[in-house]
Amino acid sequence: MAGMPRRGQTQQLAGPNAVLIPERPKRQRRVPTSTLIEVFGSVGAALATVWTVFSLSSTSAPFGFVVSCLALFFVIYGIVCWRLYGVLIMKDRLATMAIWAGALVAFAALVAVISYVVIKGFSAVFTDYPHFLVADMSDLGGNAKITNLGVGAAIVGTVEQVGIATIITVPLGILTATYLVSSNGPFARMVGAVVDAMTGAPAIIAGLFIFLLWVKPRHDSGHTGLAAGMALAVMMLPIVTRAAQEVVAIVPGSLREAALALGAPEWRVLIRVVLPTARAGLMTAVILGVARIAGETAPVLFTAGGFASYNWNPFSGQQDDLPLRIYENIFQPGVVPVQAAWGASLVLVFVVLILFLIARLLGSSKPGRRFAPWARMRSSRIVEP
Amino acid sequence: MTAVLTPPPLEAERIDETPIHINRSVTRADRIFRFVLASSSLVVLLILAAVVAFLSVHGWSALMQGGIHFITDPTWSPDSGHFGAMPLLVGSVAIAVIAVLIAGPISLAAALMINEYAPVWMRAFLTGTVDMLATVPSIVYGFWGLFLISNLQAAPAKWVVDHFAFVPFFRTPTPGEFVQSIFACGLISAATIVPIITSVSREVMAQTPRDACEAALGLGGTRWGMVTDVILPFSRSGIVGAFLLGFGRGLGETMIVVLVLSKANHLTFALMGPNGLGSIAKEITEDFTTASPLDQSALILLGLVLFGTTLLVNIVARLIVTRSRVVS
Repeated sequence: MAGMPRRGQTQQLAGPNAVLIPERPKRQRRVPTSTLIEVFGSVGAALATVWTVFSLSSTSAPFGFVVSCLALFFVIYGIVCWRLYGVLIMKDRLATMAIWAGALVAFAALVAVISYVVIKGFSAVFTDYPHFLVADMSDLGGNAKITNLGVGAAIVGTVEQVGIATIITVPLGILTATYLVSSNGPFARMVGAVVDAMTGAPAIIAGLFIFLLWVKPRHDSGHTGLAAGMALAVMMLPIVTRAAQEVVAIVPGSLREAALALGAPEWRVLIRVVLPTARAGLMTAVILGVARIAGETAPVLFTAGGFASYNWNPFSGQQDDLPLRIYENIFQPGVVPVQAAWGASLVLVFVVLILFLIARLLGSSKPGRRFAPWARMRSSRIVEP
Repeated sequence: MTAVLTPPPLEAERIDETPIHINRSVTRADRIFRFVLASSSLVVLLILAAVVAFLSVHGWSALMQGGIHFITDPTWSPDSGHFGAMPLLVGSVAIAVIAVLIAGPISLAAALMINEYAPVWMRAFLTGTVDMLATVPSIVYGFWGLFLISNLQAAPAKWVVDHFAFVPFFRTPTPGEFVQSIFACGLISAATIVPIITSVSREVMAQTPRDACEAALGLGGTRWGMVTDVILPFSRSGIVGAFLLGFGRGLGETMIVVLVLSKANHLTFALMGPNGLGSIAKEITEDFTTASPLDQSALILLGLVLFGTTLLVNIVARLIVTRSRVVS
């Protein structure tokens, strides 16, 4: 579309052969009233019919009600459109409805899972508000009260383990991404394929692998936060690499070439040109990776151990973390541990979604634009020759 | 590095079309730099190799014990020395297939919605919503599924079983019970694979030449006509690849299956109730820490099978998607 006039704009070319492209009529965006009447009329007819049939036969099946309504709506609306406009328009209208319905289902799933977690977890987190975030689960037992329990130890574990995974992953991921972008040989293509394939690898395998590699040879002292961090790193490396690769690839080649032409060595081009240009995108990649990894349960199952009390040292002794705590609590007898698990789920979902939103905000700034406020401060610094 | 530059002609008669070759000397620092880059990407390969190596070494004794029966034997009962992975394998595949069957149409609708139907201001919001589905941890889905969805789907499942039991899939292994089934697992896993199918198929569909789309509209076609006659044929192979990627994700889904599925491993067609097929991920997760050495070895071998299958599916899917981009 480059070079073409935008819709609704006139384009004037200078010179003797100036052409005036006439303004195209604006496409009508507003849905006509007749369509609205047809749609809502059909919805009403379907609802009324199904409701009558269901109450006459006194069946109560909420799911069946919704499905029959939907089916009947499609039939009625289809017939209406067919009689009024013909078969082609009917297909188009029905398809539009089906696509809206499908997209709505995806949206509804998200709303349903988040609202259910909020409803279930609210009482656990907020009955004794800050306490739940700092207490640990060492009182977990048959007659524990929710006010004695908390996810403090789990939060410490999650932060440390994810931190370890990030420290391992970020340099490796960014270097690999740079390599994949700058090289086009068979080795690079193989690495690219492996990274792609590993992105979807089963999470349980990462845990099994670190268990066999690190935990098992150390017997009882093998379950540590470090082991969990390594298992998470196995999951996180492909995610960060893929995301960083996409970001590094869109750094304009002219910038790199300009730096190279000025005689800069390649490593300086990477550090002073490519990485700063891609900074916002790289941060997005890393934060998205963290968000994806923070909720992974399977890798930490065999590696963290799941110690209910505080353990600040990730290098020695078993550690707790949020997903593991949820998993352990679900299978505890009684109502209170499950309630605490809902509380932990709420904390986890909250953290992960906040990270996701931060990543989206960072990512929405264009490559090369310095989004972060501290970067703006630095860029205003005058460099003396 | 050898850069190719075309010099600007200084005078009209001195136009020289042959490019000048500039040889930039590669410094030692650059050589070290390239080495560091290449070796860091070697790490990914090393991890893959190490995973395969460790799983093979530890799974070796089970493979020796079971041989080909490991795959073909329909009973998995480690206590009596029967390592038949069949019900677990079939269960894992069944869950992934159900998930793709449910998530596929929804994802296509969402992808078309974002690309063609939604108003422009809604697109970023919709993309974010779909991506957000992938960010919610899978244990939360499992927890939600175990407490809410597994029970909610019981009534419709009962209706289906009551009316369509002539199809072997629509039966329940335990008469009268409909929760914690393979179907419920597939249904909940669908939520986690909608994002991947949507984003991949959306990217593929977005590469349809706009000219062709507008030509279809300009010839008087409806929007749906444009979708069926231009966009879908153009992106068919990419969509197949996207579905395969989703299938791979579904295969590897762990926590949902662990939480929702009932603990059983019987080879059966019936998918709508508890005590039917098992799942590899669930078997490993629940039994590994308490298992005997031989049993552990068998579970590791299972893990290797799962890993290999997922990897293969993913690679094939990526190949299909990439190729659909090149040929256009």
